Amino acid sequence: MATSTPVIQAPRNLASKSNFELYSWLFMRLSGVLLVFLVLAHLFVNLMLGDGIDGVDFAFVAGKWSSPFWQTWDLLMLWLAQLHGTNGLRTIINDYAERDGTRFWLKSLLYLASIVVIVLGTLVIFTFDPCIDPDSTLSVCQ
Amino acid sequence: MWSWVAHRVTGVLIFFFLFAHVLDTALVRVSPEAYNDVMGTYKNPLVGLLEAGLVAAVLFHAFNGLRVVLIDFWSQGPRYQRQLSYGVIAVSFLLFVPFVIRHLTIVFGH
Repeated sequence: MATSTPVIQAPRNLASKSNFELYSWLFMRLSGVLLVFLVLAHLFVNLMLGDGIDGVDFAFVAGKWSSPFWQTWDLLMLWLAQLHGTNGLRTIINDYAERDGTRFWLKSLLYLASIVVIVLGTLVIFTFDPCIDPDSTLSVCQ
Repeated sequence: MWSWVAHRVTGVLIFFFLFAHVLDTALVRVSPEAYNDVMGTYKNPLVGLLEAGLVAAVLFHAFNGLRVVLIDFWSQGPRYQRQLSYGVIAVSFLLFVPFVIRHLTIVFGH
């Protein structure tokens, strides 16, 4: 009796023999668990406490970022969220964009956008000056 | 299957919001007026509704993500994956209700 062997397509990329995909799989789970706490507390403090969204203005940001606690919180959240999101979109592009060229250009655009967001966001957190507001009542600006 | 699709859809949605959110927050380096102007957009009722949708997406993605972690790392995870799905919907809903009441009261309150 003749048996037929099912044909399984070779993976699209055989060049890489590294453990990158294993580490990115693990990173999604570790960063995801941390982001649950970082993001839900961020939403609770900014949208539920005080005046909610009505209270979010320059003075509100100045109040938060005059504290190293919130600077560190937001920096960690920025990096983890952007890397988590970039890796998620990378997976989605790999799954749905079938042509090599399409995958290449979509991922190039993705990585460029991610670098812009991480660099810009990091610079904003570290170079923020709460005292450019002449009406500031913060003690550091007196 | 559907939670896998929803996880991807909410993830992409949150990714694009994060991009916009880092750019709007960067306006604090331009001037207090520029930042306050763009924050005014977030206080508009239509955008307020979109924010509620975004928070719903974040809640689902967060708790479904924890479900994925439990399925991958907890020995009993795969066996209880269906019950965990119901848990994801229940916890997301329980947290979303007080949020949406408070948020829409503020957004429609002026």
